[in-house]
Amino acid sequence: MRGALLFLLVLTATACAGADDAPQSVFNPSGEFSESADVLWRVTFGIAVIVFVLVQGALIYALIRFRHKEGRKAAQFHGNTKVEVILTTIPALILAGLAVPTVGTIFELQGEQPDDAMRIEVIAHQFWWEYNYPDENVTTANELHIPTGRDIVLEIQGATTDPVDGLAEVIHSFWIPRLAGTQDVVPGHTNFLRIQADEPGRYMGQCKEFCGLSHANMRIVAFAQSPDDFDEWVEEQSSPAAETASGDAGAGQEIFAENFDVRSTVVEDGADAYACASCHAVQPGLEAQPKIGPNLTHFADRTTFAGATFENNTENLAAWLRDPAGVRPGSKMPALDLSEDQINDLVAYLQSLE
Amino acid sequence: MATAAAQGSLFRRPTATTGWWSWVTTVDHKRIGIMYCATALIFFVIGGLEALAIRTQLAVPNGAVLTAETYNQFFTMHGLTMIFLVVMPLGVGIMNYMAPLMIGARDVAFPRINAFSYWVFLMGGLFLYSSFFLGGAPDGGWFGYAPLSTELPGNGMTFYSLGLQILGVASLLGAVNFIVTILNMRAPGMTLMRMPVFIWMTLVTAFLLLFAIPVIAVALFELMFDRVYNANFFNPAGGGDPVLWQHLFWLFGHPEVYIMILPAMGIISDVLPTFSRKPIFGYAAIVFAGIAIGFMGWGVWAHHMFAVGLGPVANSAFALSTMFIAVPTGIKIFNWIGTMWKGDLHFNTPMLFAIGFVAMFIIGGLSGVTHAIVPHTAQQTDTYYVVAHFHYVLFGGAIFGLFAGIYYWWPKVFGKLLSEGIGKLHFWLMFIGFNLAFGPMHILGLEGMPRRTYTYPDGMGWNLWNLVATVGAFMIALSIAIFFANAFLTARKGREAGADPWDGRTLEWSTPSPAPEYNFAEIPIVKARDDFWHRKYVVKPDEYATPVVAGGAVAAGRPDDHDHDPGHGIHLPAPSLWPVVAALGMPVMGYGVIYSWPLIIAGGLVVLLGLFGWALEPSEVEH
Repeated sequence: MRGALLFLLVLTATACAGADDAPQSVFNPSGEFSESADVLWRVTFGIAVIVFVLVQGALIYALIRFRHKEGRKAAQFHGNTKVEVILTTIPALILAGLAVPTVGTIFELQGEQPDDAMRIEVIAHQFWWEYNYPDENVTTANELHIPTGRDIVLEIQGATTDPVDGLAEVIHSFWIPRLAGTQDVVPGHTNFLRIQADEPGRYMGQCKEFCGLSHANMRIVAFAQSPDDFDEWVEEQSSPAAETASGDAGAGQEIFAENFDVRSTVVEDGADAYACASCHAVQPGLEAQPKIGPNLTHFADRTTFAGATFENNTENLAAWLRDPAGVRPGSKMPALDLSEDQINDLVAYLQSLE
Repeated sequence: MATAAAQGSLFRRPTATTGWWSWVTTVDHKRIGIMYCATALIFFVIGGLEALAIRTQLAVPNGAVLTAETYNQFFTMHGLTMIFLVVMPLGVGIMNYMAPLMIGARDVAFPRINAFSYWVFLMGGLFLYSSFFLGGAPDGGWFGYAPLSTELPGNGMTFYSLGLQILGVASLLGAVNFIVTILNMRAPGMTLMRMPVFIWMTLVTAFLLLFAIPVIAVALFELMFDRVYNANFFNPAGGGDPVLWQHLFWLFGHPEVYIMILPAMGIISDVLPTFSRKPIFGYAAIVFAGIAIGFMGWGVWAHHMFAVGLGPVANSAFALSTMFIAVPTGIKIFNWIGTMWKGDLHFNTPMLFAIGFVAMFIIGGLSGVTHAIVPHTAQQTDTYYVVAHFHYVLFGGAIFGLFAGIYYWWPKVFGKLLSEGIGKLHFWLMFIGFNLAFGPMHILGLEGMPRRTYTYPDGMGWNLWNLVATVGAFMIALSIAIFFANAFLTARKGREAGADPWDGRTLEWSTPSPAPEYNFAEIPIVKARDDFWHRKYVVKPDEYATPVVAGGAVAAGRPDDHDHDPGHGIHLPAPSLWPVVAALGMPVMGYGVIYSWPLIIAGGLVVLLGLFGWALEPSEVEH
């Protein structure tokens, strides 16, 4: 038992340490909503450690003190009502004490929302994230940008059907630990999550609700920027797609709009040829169609792609275009029958979309 | 009945008393208990191998041992196996063997239903596992959240829906059986407050099953309709709601965790007093705490849904109820420590497992309380922190408690003692391995590692603890192998146990080991709690004095101690084949739903045939 106690102390110490090398650690809050949860945790954990030491301590003491020795006799008492009542009341009081700030924080985080909060719509797909900014008329995918110091309400909309294959969309959850706890994305429901980032930086998270084959590959990257930088980003996102240069990128633009046979597919509407443009829009704005796959207007500005799973570089893009479901199981983007040259041209085109 | 005996040979009761056929047709609660536990232990090994595969895949980042498809099947089946095919049947198996003995009865109230429950359990488990060979096992998680569970292609989740419905029938009938047995068949003088704590916990568990199984049956039935017949119970596009599944599932699922833990709590409530050489501390409090947990367990289900968006009022209500269910649990922990306090502690293997239960449950219980802090639960949920919590209570708690029972009652069942030395090796290896495997998962979760992920990237700070956890998992596996070695060695060369190897307190130790077919030569008349102990010892007025061994005449039983029943002899329930027949029809119906509806009718007819034979067979073996 002593070993277990020591082990647990080591775990405790490690757990409470800071976490530069653990980007999704819950111990590094960076905004008021994650901080208030963290305060509750510290109080509760502190009490839990004290209770643990006292109760395990009593157990270990009993094991040592009352172990069988020659001549030892067991005392035959059946109970002690006074001790029972005390040991029942104390935990109840402690819990009542914890209950008050807990309920208070629940209402603070999930209660009324301020009128002047910035609103962003979050829509989860298998296995990527769509972000729509209604007031800014911006739509983007997989990388969330927010201004620092601003109270933001994420409107987490559960789409009912997946536009790729018409099947029911599944439950996901949105989680950036440094900014807030999680909220599930439930088809047919809209949930709300308040977040706020104190400092500029890159914040990581991922979907936590098991959603299928690439649940592990449905990550989240959020960039918090100073208000000025954020406004600049909004302007960039609102501008039309870059004029395409000639050469490989130009060839890629043509390939983008051309139909190709499908090599492998999860789409079930019977078609056997698609163009990239069948699912992906390369124009800005909330009205841009089609809305089946991520909007790629400013794709080259993103640091990652495919549910923030892969770094946005040539090698990864080529592997993805060759066989999406091969590199990310369960991906709903079909593998089109493209030659290596065509893939090179497409990659050049995508990388020109700044 | 003369007319029944005159009917055709089809309905004669089987007569085999030895050999494999006697096991197939048995209705003896002891044999059924052994079959339950043996089957559950085999599934424990299978579920453990699934866990080892999972841990091997997760030992390093970007693991390539299992594909995502295989991983999702393995973690789903690991959960389903451990819950429905290991912990529940081990509990039921031990309850089956020991409950009639502990209340002074000769068998359960409905012996053929008892047999039927076992065979249905076996059929359900085999049906579920056949999915691996028929296109793929269930892969939507043991919790089967819709719409993922309604949408997943293939037959895996349909096997899930049908397999669990079949298993549910076994549990529900077992619950009825135990409630009636405990309420109606106690020996004369055994009032409810003189029953061993294990029997009380069995009773509460049975009531929980009685009300919880129908809820999951409804949920699974609706899931089956969504998958197979295009219903829309959980599909918002068709007017349904995914949250409905969660409410139904957790309304069952939370009482389910108490169904898993209460029998183990009951076991250690009888093991600790025996090896502390003193009575349980606060019997009434422990009993009422168990009943309170049974009631309050119905009021906490949405603590599994804190991130679903039920709103601050619902979340607050369930936060409060979740906090307060810790109170009766705390009572039990304090009383177990109180039982050992000022005792004379003997650290035999059953006692080690019981103490391990208490130590691990303190940790699992505390992490459970942290889950009630809703704003922070939003960080903890769906991470490895939760995986750590429930393994501490279900493995560190339930499994350790069940092993305490296995080592404690093994001599009663088989007449031989398991080796103490090997047993201690099993315990320590399992204890250390368990803490190495699951302790670090608290950290992994709080460092942001989600659960149900087939891999994780490098650079997240998760590498070290994942490797440590994998090492721990393999230590657990080694310890289980050592347990099986102990069992086999004992079968060959174990020490004879005798009727009462532990100097026990309860009635089962008053009969020879292995327990004879009729349990007791004469039904005892019970005069006190721990009646058997009081026949061996007399406690002096000063409660701190030691008990004194009374004269031999007392140990043998006072003259008016037994229920004399001259002339009629001992009536035992007769063997029967019909429960097996009826059980065989159920997986056939299941395959019918998946493959071809005429099989549903065929299977249904087999079930009906079984029930007919059951109803029409004579009540006794022909003489």
